[in-house]
Parts: sequence; C-alpha cells; structure tokens
Amino acid sequence: MTDTGAAERALDLAESAPEPESRRRLGRRSKEALLAYALLLPAFVVFGVFVFYPFARNFEYALYRTPPFPGLPKTYVGFDQIGDVLSSHDFQNSVWVTILFLLYTVPIGVFLGLFLANLAHQKLKGIRAYRTIFSSTVATSVAAASVIFFTLLNPQVGLFTYWLGREGEISVLQDPKTALIAVSVTTIWQNLGLSFIVMSAGLQAIPDDLYEAARVDGASATRRFWRVTVPMLSPTIFFATVVGGILAFRAFGQIDLLTEGGPVQKTNVLVYAIYRQVFRNNNDGVAAVYAIALFLLVMMLTFIQMRFLERRVTYAR
Amino acid sequence: MSRVVLDGVTKRFDGVVAVDDVSLEVGDREFLVLLGPSGCGKSTALRMIAGLEDPTAGTIRIGDRVVNEVEPKDRDVAMVFQSYALYPHMTVRGNIEFPLKSRRVEKTERERLVREAAASLGLDTLLDRKPAQLSGGQRQRVALARAIVRRPQAFLMDEPLSNLDAKLRVQTRAELIELQRRLEATVVYVTHDQVEAMTMGDRIAILDAGKLQQVGPPQEVYAAPANLFVARFIGTPPMNTIRGPVRKDGEGVAVALAGDVVPLEEGVARAVAASGADEVIVGVRPEHVAIGSAGAIRAVVTVVESLGHERHIVCRLEDDQMVIVRQPSDVAAPSERDHVALSADAANLHVFDAESGLRIGS
Repeated sequence: MTDTGAAERALDLAESAPEPESRRRLGRRSKEALLAYALLLPAFVVFGVFVFYPFARNFEYALYRTPPFPGLPKTYVGFDQIGDVLSSHDFQNSVWVTILFLLYTVPIGVFLGLFLANLAHQKLKGIRAYRTIFSSTVATSVAAASVIFFTLLNPQVGLFTYWLGREGEISVLQDPKTALIAVSVTTIWQNLGLSFIVMSAGLQAIPDDLYEAARVDGASATRRFWRVTVPMLSPTIFFATVVGGILAFRAFGQIDLLTEGGPVQKTNVLVYAIYRQVFRNNNDGVAAVYAIALFLLVMMLTFIQMRFLERRVTYAR
Repeated sequence: MSRVVLDGVTKRFDGVVAVDDVSLEVGDREFLVLLGPSGCGKSTALRMIAGLEDPTAGTIRIGDRVVNEVEPKDRDVAMVFQSYALYPHMTVRGNIEFPLKSRRVEKTERERLVREAAASLGLDTLLDRKPAQLSGGQRQRVALARAIVRRPQAFLMDEPLSNLDAKLRVQTRAELIELQRRLEATVVYVTHDQVEAMTMGDRIAILDAGKLQQVGPPQEVYAAPANLFVARFIGTPPMNTIRGPVRKDGEGVAVALAGDVVPLEEGVARAVAASGADEVIVGVRPEHVAIGSAGAIRAVVTVVESLGHERHIVCRLEDDQMVIVRQPSDVAAPSERDHVALSADAANLHVFDAESGLRIGS
C-alpha cells in the first residue's frame, strides 16, 4: 500500500512539472502504464513463486526418475517414466476413481442444493433458521465433517452402521464396494452448504413477476420449476457444476481422514495418489507425472463444460 | 368475456391497509381504468382479481363465480405486467404459446392460435426471436399477444404502457383500445397516468389511500369531481382550489376570496347553506378562469409557461394562494409581475367542504 501511495505522489509531482503539450500527454500515458505494471508486480511475484515456477519445474521432475534412496542422484529418463506411469494399473485406477468420485458427488450435490434452495425460497416465518441450517456445512471444516461421518460409520457404535444393518460387519469405510460411496456422501454433505447458497442467490435473482405471469398463464408448480426456474437458473447451475467439479478434483482431507486412499486403493483419487507418491513413497518423479495428468484432466473437464454446458445456458438480461 | 365484481374487498399487509373496503363492478366488455397515485392500492386490487394476492375481506367474482379460493391459473384471466414479464429464455413463439401449453391445447390448434395472436399484433416476423432482441414496443406487444392468445374472460393490465417512450405510448394507447373493441374484451387497466385513464377508459375508478374515491365515465369525473382529491388529481394543470369563508346575506350565499366576495349559483348556494359549513374550498379549472385588467380578485403573474398550443399562467393572489390560468396561445399574454384581475363564471365553480373535502351541490 505504501509503495502505491509513493508511486502516485511521484506521478503527481511529475505531472505538475511544466512540459510541452504533446510530450506531456505521451509521458502521462506511459507513466500510467508504468504504474499499472507496478501495481501488478506484487501479484505477479506471488503467482510466479508459488504457481508458475512450480508448475514449470513439475514438468522437469516428470523427466527424471527418483532414486530408491535419498541422496543418490536423479537419472534423466526422458518420457520413459511418463509412459510407465500412464500404463500402470495404479495410475489408471486413480483416474477411474477420480472420475467416479466426480460423478457421485457433483450431480447429486447440485441437485440437492437446488432442491433445498427451492424449499427455503418461501415467504414463511422462521425460514431464515432453515436457510442458516442448510448453509451451515460451509462453516464446517473438512476435519470436523470427516470425524462426524467417521463416528456415524463406526462399525461398533455408528448410527449409520445401525441403520444400514451392518453391525458387527466390516466398516463401510473398509469395504471396497462401499468406501468410495461413503466418502462421496461425506463430500456431498460437506459441499451442500455452498451449493445451497449459490442456488439461493440465483433464485433470488429471478424476478417474481415471471412466476406470477406463469401462475396466471396456467402453469402448475412443477411446470413453473422446469420451464421458469431451471432455465432462469441455468447460469447458476452451470457455475455450481463447475465449482463442484473443481472441489471434487481437489478433495483430499476427507479421504485422508476416512480411508487414506484404501481399501485396495478404491478411494485413491489423483490428488491423494500424488500425496502418497511424494510423502509416503518419496517418489517425486512419479508424483510429477500424476500431477500433469491431473492438470490435463481438469483442463479437459473445463473445456467440456465450457463447450457443451455453457451452450445450453441462458444468460437472461 | 364477462363481468368482474369486487364486493367490500379489503387487503391488509402487516397492519397496513392497502385496499380498504372497495366495491366495484366491471361490466361485460367494459374498459375500466383503476387510476390513482403510486401506493394507492390499485395494483393490489388488480393482483387480487388475478389471484396473486388473497383479499383479507370481501368477495371477488369473475363471471358468475366467486373466485376467492380459486387458483390464479383457474380464474381464466390474463395479465399484462408493467415489466411485461416475458420469459427471457423462450422465443416470442414460446412466450405466446406458453399459456396454451400449460393448458394442454393440442398442437395444431396451438399453432393456429399463436399465428392469429401474432398476426393481430404484427409479430409474425419476430416469432423466432428472443425477448432480448426486441425493442420495448415489440416486447409490449408480445406480452399482449401472450394475454390474448387464450381468450380469457377478462384482461388485467398493470401499467402496461409505462415503460414505453412518450410517442410510442400515444400510438399504443390507440392500438390497445382498438384491440379491446375488436376482441369485445373486459379489461381492468391500472395506471397512474390520468391522460391514459381519460382517453382509454369507458369508466374510471379513482383510488386514494386504498379507498375508492369516485367511479364514472371520464367526462363525468372531470366535470363533477366527487371530492377534492379527485378534483386535484384529474386534469392538467390541476384544478385551482382556493379556500375562503362562507358569507350569507339576504339574497344568497357567497364565498370571500382574496379581496372579493364571489356569489354562488343558486343550487350550490342552497346546498352550502344546508350543509352549515363556515368555510369552503372553491375549485375552478384553469381553462375557466379569465384574466382581465378590471375585477375584484387581484393577483400578480409569477410565471408564464408557453406550451405552443396553449399557455399556463401562474398567478399569486393577495393572500398568497396560487391560481393557474389556461389560455389559448392566440390571445395576448400578460407579462410576469403584471397585476391582473381574475374572474370565473359561477356555473364553472366547484364547491367542496373545507373539512371533509366532499363536493357540495351537484
């Protein structure tokens, strides 16, 4: 902040100096540009140090095989390691698990958010209390949420275990058939608050008279939902889908706390697999390849969303 | 088409009375205008007819049915909103056929009706556009087409012209009347614009503070306003209203106004005497005041406003009350700060009770 102030004062001084008309105008423009770059610099430095440089270095890491023991030199192997990793069962499993996790969490999360937002979008007394409850999961940390579900799913005392009739059996989190679903449910619950808030904001932006017109025009509540709410909300739904997708790709805490990627890697999503490669296996070469794969996957998903979903979105004026 | 009847209808919002015991009958094929300043309850009244608000008390009838408990969609009315409330994600065709689709009208019939409605409003070539690609006037016509497409029992219009520019509004006003005549439609039309009300309505119902002030044909409301509110609300520039004490002498009843004593017409005089009022408010339309050099009511010209075809002369009386005089532009205008004398024909005076504001005499 102080830098900016000083820069501006310097500019003011410079401007007040008498100069020929034409030179002064040119000078002012380049000074403005200079100021703009000066203001951008801190952000650029932060991004450079923490994003761009590591991003570039990651590609370099992917070309070197990490030695089995620390201290030994890395060996340059070119694209060999990338090929090895891409064809490995572990990697393919992680990609598949990530995609499944995305499919389990995003559509249901978006739908539930929309559903709850509609429920809470009523002019009823005390509806604010419900709005607060529905959005409260936003304020819950991943750790707290995971511990809650961990307890609920506990094979001896967990309430969910009891409801599912699985007392005395293997924990839901230990069962390869159910572990990913359990983690997904936790994630959906955790992200529901955000989805609800986004959808509520979207709903509030829809003019009331559209609903009134639809009511007079003879549309039932269901028809109003499908023909007015959903199309009018399509930019919001699109946004929630994109954000939900990003959150799904970034999911780490709940997996680390609930399953640690197990059982038999059934919940080992890419982000968690990267973590395990780096911090358990000390293999930053392989981890780098995973990271590149994750990057490409996210880029692909973004592209698909932009290309196909956005086309169906109505931006109302 | 059919009648719409409001009987003792009241609407209260959290202790605020928006509509206060309004009884009103809109005849079959009648164009009735609900007129009033903003916040007078006219829109609330209309929304109760549509079913978008529930009356706190009273009954609403459309045709032969009491519709208090009937859902908006089953009331068989169509509404045109001030904002038009077009569905932005649908084409013009989609918008017009929406009410038909909601009512499961069969496809070929639907297409025929949409074509007809679009043709009658000149929208044939715009059917595949989205509302965002239309001008304000075109959107307004789409909203009208969506209303007429299903031939409802009554049309409810909430300030449908207020978002149009002045020129287009005049043109659309005429088109709307023509449309109403052709469809033989019952229309309840809400506006705050008295020019719209005067030009369009078969009858005008004037509301203020939720209460019905007067109902009648435009000319009648203009010629014999029932109270001070109506007198001041209808007419541009508004009616002059001057306060003065009542003087009774041997021959009749007169009002003392700014230095003069103005005798009242016989019928009005009798009514004033009968009412026992000590003070009255005399109303006179700007076009009924004559400016001369001789006369008892003295005034000073403060502003002369020329509108081209006519002139408004704002005068200040000796006791500081204001009087506006309307003059054709072909007579000589006084200058500002001129001392003038004002006079009016006794037949053109409206007399109101100073306390209740009600009209005295016929």
